Amino acid sequence: MKKRQLIILVFALAWAAIPSMAQDDAFRVAALMPSAINDLAFSQSMYDGLLAVQAELGEEAFQFDVQDSTYIVDDAAVALRDWAASGDYHLLIAHGSQYGPIVEELAAEFPEVSFAWGTRQDTFGMDNVYSYAAASDEGGYFNGVLAAHLTESRVIGLVGPIEVGDGKLYADGFANGVASVDADIDVNIVFIGSFSDVPLATEAAETHIANGADILTGTAQMVVGPIAAALENDVLWFGSDSSQDELAGDIGVAFQIYKWDVLLLDMISKIGEGDLGGDYYVLTLENEGLVMEFDQDFELSEELQAVAEATIAGIVSGDITPIPMLDDDMADGESMDDDMDDDEEDSED
Amino acid sequence: MELDAIFTASVFASAIRLATPYIFAALGETFAQRSGVLNLGVDGMMLMGAFTGFYAVFITQQDGSLSEPLSLIFGVLIALIVGGLMGLAMAFVSVTLKAKQGISGIGVYLFGLGLSELLFQQWVGTPKSVSGFPRITFPILTDIPVLGEIFFHHNLLVYVAFGLVPISAFILNRTTFGLMIRAVGQNPEAADAMGVSVTKVRYATTTIGGMLAGLAGASLSIALINLFQQNLTAGQGFIAVALVYFGGWRPWAVAAGAMLFSFVNALQLQIKVIGLDVPSEFAVMAPYVITIIALAFASKRQEQPTALTKPYERGE
Repeated sequence: MKKRQLIILVFALAWAAIPSMAQDDAFRVAALMPSAINDLAFSQSMYDGLLAVQAELGEEAFQFDVQDSTYIVDDAAVALRDWAASGDYHLLIAHGSQYGPIVEELAAEFPEVSFAWGTRQDTFGMDNVYSYAAASDEGGYFNGVLAAHLTESRVIGLVGPIEVGDGKLYADGFANGVASVDADIDVNIVFIGSFSDVPLATEAAETHIANGADILTGTAQMVVGPIAAALENDVLWFGSDSSQDELAGDIGVAFQIYKWDVLLLDMISKIGEGDLGGDYYVLTLENEGLVMEFDQDFELSEELQAVAEATIAGIVSGDITPIPMLDDDMADGESMDDDMDDDEEDSED
Repeated sequence: MELDAIFTASVFASAIRLATPYIFAALGETFAQRSGVLNLGVDGMMLMGAFTGFYAVFITQQDGSLSEPLSLIFGVLIALIVGGLMGLAMAFVSVTLKAKQGISGIGVYLFGLGLSELLFQQWVGTPKSVSGFPRITFPILTDIPVLGEIFFHHNLLVYVAFGLVPISAFILNRTTFGLMIRAVGQNPEAADAMGVSVTKVRYATTTIGGMLAGLAGASLSIALINLFQQNLTAGQGFIAVALVYFGGWRPWAVAAGAMLFSFVNALQLQIKVIGLDVPSEFAVMAPYVITIIALAFASKRQEQPTALTKPYERGE
């Protein structure tokens, strides 16, 4: 039995067994997001994840509410407190590392409510807080390897938001991926200091191009600007977080996609069993929380296809370490994989 | 590291592009403030101009009802009209109803922010690109080394923005209308006694300010970036208001402030791209720090319009 099916089965059994919180009702989730649910990036990835969970479990069994574009943290605090106090939700998701202090405060105030936040590997030592992160260095490395094979000018530009979290991981993984193919290729990295400043991100992309970049990449919701700049200048684009092929058109190459539904299903299952938190998750290529997709318009050569497959296989097997010094830190993040693998083995038994 | 790797032609060209929306918005705000109206809703007007201008281009290009040049002109007109209407609304609240200008401006900003988001979600959905104003290639001029890249390879709205600087200075300093604006902003009682309608002048300047704010937004969505996303302006309207103070309510100085801010911004991007070992936090802060320092010095030299933020009541 595949692990996804197993999780759904566990969820169904556990949910039927617990008497609390309106057994007849659906599992209800409320999620806070810093940008729009259609940002082609971070927020959209979580929204798509929630939709995927709903598709798996059915609308009667799983319902969710979303408050997007909540970039003002004080507004987020009000919404999260209202949701927690209402008692209407089984899980509250604060999708953004800036929401961490709010989660820490409210989780202590509402110990019977389950919270999840990311991207960080920190549950504050609380039993009702889950946290999550993405090993975006893996997709970054993958994109970097392909970019190194495609660049002709041997200059590649990266536009990031703030030098922290998965944006930083992606950048480091990307640079290492390029260097693994050819260490002499220049990877110029600009963190613009904002997740939302589209005009500045656009100009950062223009600056990369003016300095010889023939391939661009980037993370976070402001990358729509760099994609537009890439389109105007006919420069290839590698993306992250969500699929951007609709906007990127024929300049898109590959996208690292966050499949948050993988961890959400496991989290929901645990909450159904009475575990309100205390664990954290990391999306990886191995647990299929990270998926690499090629742009529909990109013509993938056989040679590049082989490189792509070998790179993913290497990362999954552990032969390739996107950021070597992160080895020890990320090893903890394999706990979800281990749990899920154990479940799989049990079922096979 | 060679200095010529930092101060490249592309950095100056980048500064000119970055300055364009600030110049439009700050010039419009200069007209409003010189007449005594502080409009803090500039960013909301920019957002509405950005969205409506984008949407007009988007639908006309998608259904092919207008040729590309006409659709862009249509987008500019829509942005001007929508910005002007928001300026009229601001004037009604602050001039006719005599509401506190700071508060009403913030209200206009929030209205523009929210409505542009809502309409975008409902009518467009995900970010989509349009064919915006193309960069113009001038015969001979564009090919001039260095200068060609800096000055002669921009889109039309960039030239319109910079062209408006002398026009605005001329209107404010050399025309009867400009004299009325300055009189109403400096001494509305005296202007009223001389037969100048304070209300009409303030309505006119706030509407002009709204139109230019709308155009500033459109310069982003259909000329420089060619798409719309929620909160596209990222607070540029507020910086435009600060630039008016920076420039001492004089169009040339306001434009110079916009260029300084944009140049430092372009420079910090270039420094990061070429890998100079400067902490990114310092680089990101640089444009704001330099602008604040310059503002501190500039504000000592200039006096703001005496009646700025003060509603006019005849006989008071």
